[in-house]
Amino acid sequence: MTETRSPRKVLILGALSAMAAATARRLADRGSDFVITGRNADALERAAKDLKARGAASVAIQTLDLLETGSADAVMAQAVEAMGGLDTVLVFYGILGNQAQAETDPQEAERIIAVNYSSAVHWVMAGARALEAQSGPNRVLLTASSVAGDRGRRSNYVYGSAKAGLSVLMQGLAHKWAAQENAPRAVNLKLGFVDTPMTDGIEKGGPLWAKPDDIAAIAERALTKGGPNVYAPWFWRFIMLAIRGTPAFVFNKVNL
Amino acid sequence: MSQAFRSQTAKRSWGRVVEAHHDVAKPESPTEAVAILSEVANRKMSALPIGLGRSYGDSNLNPDGALIETTRLDHYIGFDPKTGVLRAEAGVSLNDLLRVVVPHGWFLPTTPGTRYVTLGGAIANDVHGKNHHIAGSFGSHVLRFTLARTDKGVLDVDPETPGDLFAATIGGLGLTGLILDVDLQLVPIRSAFLDQHVEPLRNVDAFFEIAEARAADYEHTVAWIDCTARGDRLGQGVFTSGNWAASGGLTPHDAKSGPGLPVDAPGFALNRLTLRAFNMTYRRSQLLKPRNSRVHYAGFFHPLDAIRDWNRLYGSRGFYQYQSVIPSETAREATREMLDLIARSGQGSFLAVLKTLGDRPSPGLMSFPMRGVTLALDFANAGSKTTALLADLDAIVKTAGGRLYPAKDGRMPADIFQQGYPEWERVEALRDPALSSAFWRRVTS
Repeated sequence: MTETRSPRKVLILGALSAMAAATARRLADRGSDFVITGRNADALERAAKDLKARGAASVAIQTLDLLETGSADAVMAQAVEAMGGLDTVLVFYGILGNQAQAETDPQEAERIIAVNYSSAVHWVMAGARALEAQSGPNRVLLTASSVAGDRGRRSNYVYGSAKAGLSVLMQGLAHKWAAQENAPRAVNLKLGFVDTPMTDGIEKGGPLWAKPDDIAAIAERALTKGGPNVYAPWFWRFIMLAIRGTPAFVFNKVNL
Repeated sequence: MSQAFRSQTAKRSWGRVVEAHHDVAKPESPTEAVAILSEVANRKMSALPIGLGRSYGDSNLNPDGALIETTRLDHYIGFDPKTGVLRAEAGVSLNDLLRVVVPHGWFLPTTPGTRYVTLGGAIANDVHGKNHHIAGSFGSHVLRFTLARTDKGVLDVDPETPGDLFAATIGGLGLTGLILDVDLQLVPIRSAFLDQHVEPLRNVDAFFEIAEARAADYEHTVAWIDCTARGDRLGQGVFTSGNWAASGGLTPHDAKSGPGLPVDAPGFALNRLTLRAFNMTYRRSQLLKPRNSRVHYAGFFHPLDAIRDWNRLYGSRGFYQYQSVIPSETAREATREMLDLIARSGQGSFLAVLKTLGDRPSPGLMSFPMRGVTLALDFANAGSKTTALLADLDAIVKTAGGRLYPAKDGRMPADIFQQGYPEWERVEALRDPALSSAFWRRVTS
């Protein structure tokens, strides 16, 4: 077995998202241990059975609301205990929210920021502390952000601003760890369009839409190399380069 | 329109002849699937459960009604590598399943020519494979399933369940309820490879001789036929037999599917000349190889899965597939007649497969396989010219006492269906009243 396919000890925050589930399946295939978290206990139980049949060495469940960040360090400690260590923390939860509503309803704006950014800060920091306390090789903290954070645009800029915050947070963490010997790695996926239940309300089709398993394959590779920012799929790097480089007087005429 | 259903204007089946509007729901869990069925009942909708949509004609379409796609019911519930009993949700594909079980030394009891079929679809069409003469059809290996209905709730169904519901669901075309999960008995394998024997077939008479001889020594047999050959060479082709190899490792197929066709092929891509060239090239390339070789199961069982969206080869008008089975007693004469008719029509097929089926009975009331010979062919849709040829083939099948495969069909007349499947009324009696399909309305009217 090659180094990149060796089993991992994985904590997944938001394990019920389509992309998290697809990534977990890939890691189960190589006999990894898991602690999976989410709000719906029945759905976590269903996911646990699936991962075990697919080859997971063990799967423990923690039912929790990730907005309750007070328990973050305790969740990490329990994960370390359940798996006898920890080398992989995946932060996969998020919501698109409703931009139009967020412009009139401060609670919706607050919800988008809380789920996608402010709670994620706590989980990323707690995950970073937990990984720093471990000593094994190939420790990695991976987050799912979005290309929406690369340039604000009218259709989703509250969501975009939260994802921008998450991306910068991870960039900073990667910068810190790069200066240390034997530190974990921080990797931030910048996702484009993904065909998941979260995007079912949007008309899909065309070459820009990726499947959850396409993203999972990118995430799996990113656990061993690349980063700190990984566009998923890769072509978004060039799309966003073009979008960021578009002068405002042109960009303002485009309905995006 | 509720949240569960989304409008899809141009839904097609694998043959791509019919394009119709559907409201499509994709339940994310068995619980949600049950809730969607309640909504179907409350709103008096017409719905049809479907899997990966690989049926060719209209048995997986319900125009202007609803479809419930089960592809997100893709979780395993349990797999025991000691006994080879697998319990999984009905939307798990055979493609995914083999990647999970092959490394443990298990395989599907029988596999159709594509892995892109769900467990639910494999039951609903009671699929069969190259080992039918030994293993029977898929339904023979199903231990139990959970069935959700709009009128009777969620039922645990096994062969002992009173009232025919097990038998009506095997080959029941998804009409007896939505299958939530399945218990399947897998078969042990020692490697992921098969020892393959390939030999030329001079004509259709040779097929019958070789098929009988090889069935005794080989678990898997199939013939590919060059449909353009006539006269003394009518039915020429290659005969392939195989047995599981004793060694070679338990590596499953690659998760990545092959390159796809980005666009529809132009209409002229498949004419008589190109078909002939393709068939001959295929035959030559097979015969140039050593007669005995060791091949991976993916290449042996699922050669077309290497080309994603191969159905687009037939251009934007789509194609028909025609698959018949003729009972042994009349098979030789009827097969010759059909091949002759096809060769003379000049509408030769891209793929022509000929195989003997065995006598292991299926538990299903409307199972397609029976002891005899099955012929499967594709026909590019050239309008009335094509449907007229298929009607002529129908006449041969009807006279010979055969039947056509609903999974492949988008046009068979009601009388052919009802003669071929005399138990259809028992399935109709057990049909979930809210479930229907274009196929079912046509063949029962």
